[in-house]
Amino acid sequence: MKILIVDDSLAARSFIARMLTKQGHECVMASHGGEALERLTSEEVIELALVDWNMPFMNGLELVKAVRANSRRRDLPMLMVTSECELERVALAFEAGADEYLMKPFTDVELSSKIQLALASRAGTK
Amino acid sequence: MTSISEQDFGFLRTFLREQSSIQLEPGKEYLAECRLTPVARALGLKDIAELVALIRRGTSVDARRRSLEAMTTNETSFFRDVHPFETLRDHVLPEIVRARAGERALNIWCAASSSGQEPYTIAMVIREHFPQVAGWRVRIIGTDISTEMLRRTREGRYSQLEINRGLPARLLLKYFERQGLEWQIKKELRDMVDAQEVNLAKRWPSWPIFDVIFLRNVLIYFDVATKREILGRARKLMRLDGALFLGGAETPMGLDDSLKRTQAGPSWCYRLAAASPAPQPLPRTA
Ligand SMILES: C[S@@+](CC[C@H](N)C(=O)[O-])C[C@H]1O[C@@H](n2cnc3c(N)ncnc32)[C@H](O)[C@@H]1O
Repeated sequence: MKILIVDDSLAARSFIARMLTKQGHECVMASHGGEALERLTSEEVIELALVDWNMPFMNGLELVKAVRANSRRRDLPMLMVTSECELERVALAFEAGADEYLMKPFTDVELSSKIQLALASRAGTK
Repeated sequence: MTSISEQDFGFLRTFLREQSSIQLEPGKEYLAECRLTPVARALGLKDIAELVALIRRGTSVDARRRSLEAMTTNETSFFRDVHPFETLRDHVLPEIVRARAGERALNIWCAASSSGQEPYTIAMVIREHFPQVAGWRVRIIGTDISTEMLRRTREGRYSQLEINRGLPARLLLKYFERQGLEWQIKKELRDMVDAQEVNLAKRWPSWPIFDVIFLRNVLIYFDVATKREILGRARKLMRLDGALFLGGAETPMGLDDSLKRTQAGPSWCYRLAAASPAPQPLPRTA
């Protein structure tokens, strides 16, 4: 699967990419919401986005809202991957249109579990 | 690390088999070593040889209990394997809930429930999808041999890794409260689960009969005779239209022929051969 990783931390991006590549996925990266959105306006096939919350220029929540408002990409499965652990934050993410929520830190087991849940949840909303 | 002697390993195998019917295969010395070394340390002992000596003397209940617990695998997660809970939600429970409308009671047993994720998953499935049973007597009994796992089940506290594994975040939002770095399942769900100490290989308490039994990922540790014995006793505790769930690698085939595998949706369960045909999906009311 082709997965877009949106995170301003290079360390976080490569950590996640390493796990996903090992599981046979292909990864592309963006370091903030604006860059991700640009990438998503192209014709490129992207099947899932992993989105950090706190990023410069456009944060993860704004990115999720923007994607849901975009007629061509609104069905993109989106998984928040963040160190924000307050329940209020989780609720906000769902309101904005995120499909699932993964709290940092995590291992590859939790990551693949949450990816499955995000895909299933998006499939269920159609 | 001093390695474990052949004699000590032999003693541990017998000890485990007698106490919990767990099979420790020859060649698993490394497993005994890495699980028991921390126990020896925690008890202020020098090495496993001293721990084994203490267990042999039979004077320390603590040493015996801790060693047993250390040697059993407690691996579990919320919605483990996903599909069995879909089968429960879409096929098994709709039928049973309809059949119990007069009694207004549900009895579910989760044998070998480890730290509680499995019984709480069942509780969440019921809360989310069967509003009609609010006000019924719903009893989920979670049993395990490990007092530590039972304590954890009663407390219902989970680490971030544990709640990241298998649990949809929408359910986290609904049924958990943050407690420092951990997450605690809300009291309304904790009240649905009754944690009791039961060694599956020994005597069981006298129970009502169950509508649903989860006996997952524990038979694999037992020898054939114990498996057969446990399955036979579990079957006698099932209602005629009840359902039994086993782990993905477990089967009653060749052990108990009166349990028939019934495919229902993405997964399957086992039902009494004499009982009803395959459950049909019902329109969901939720
Ligand atoms: C791998 S866990 C399975 C947990 C859960 N059923 C699941 O599938 O996720 C196995 C559990 O069986 C328990 N166990 C091992 N031997 C037992 C025995 N003789 N009687 C009761 N429980 C036992 C262990 O303490 C452990 O919590």
